[in-house]
Amino acid sequence: MMSVAAVFSADLLVAQNIGFAVVALLMIVAALRVVTTKNVVHAALWLVTVLAGAAAQYVLLAAEFVAVTQVLVYIGAVMVLFLFGTMLTRARIGAERDLNNPYWRLGIPVAGLLFAAMAIALVSSFGDEQLPSDARVVPIADISDQIFGPYLLPFWALSFVLLAAIIGAIVLARKD
Amino acid sequence: MLTSQFLLLGAILFCIGVYGVIARKNAVLVLMSIELILNSVNINLLAFALRNGSADGHTFALYIIAVAAAEVGVGLAMVLLIYRNRRSIGLDELSEMRG
Repeated sequence: MMSVAAVFSADLLVAQNIGFAVVALLMIVAALRVVTTKNVVHAALWLVTVLAGAAAQYVLLAAEFVAVTQVLVYIGAVMVLFLFGTMLTRARIGAERDLNNPYWRLGIPVAGLLFAAMAIALVSSFGDEQLPSDARVVPIADISDQIFGPYLLPFWALSFVLLAAIIGAIVLARKD
Repeated sequence: MLTSQFLLLGAILFCIGVYGVIARKNAVLVLMSIELILNSVNINLLAFALRNGSADGHTFALYIIAVAAAEVGVGLAMVLLIYRNRRSIGLDELSEMRG
């Protein structure tokens, strides 16, 4: 189990842990606002906070390239798509009443039970295991060696998926 | 830094996303909840990449980001089409396929 001794162990990275706690708290509050707010545009802007926090966590996890990609793709492109989708499917911008299902309370016990199960499993299997504090930052060359080496076939499949998505989106959203 | 603190953060975000998918009726908000779930998976993958000292997790995280971008593009195009045909994107009103 997670013990106090492990939290205060010798190779504790104080600055990293404070950064983690602040960003994690911000992410959780923002994620709760995404699923509870009454305003679709506000939900999109809270989602930006969650995605930026996730990018900060990726930097903490020594994954700089993924963090930059997260900022470019998610905050840059996906959020613009979301805001356009909100604008095009909604006559007015402001608070609305029926954004939730009539049985929305069912989600609370489902999410709670799911989290309890996952938390028990995680704490019992990883407990107070420390991440390596002297880990090197994975160079982008290593990632490209992975993508264009052993994972080349998924990369091709992914290119095809993106092409199909582009064509599909154009066909679906065309006016005539 | 503990391994489990990142995994627990991922679990919390995953559960909030699951709650959003169950509770929300608006299709755009359901898509946003799915984005929360995908991000929690990415945090887990990168935590394990750091723990095992390999670049595999980074590769998978990049693939997941690309798949999520494709999913949002097609999903929002479908939402737009549904809105154009029915003037509403409430997911409980799409019941034509009920047997």
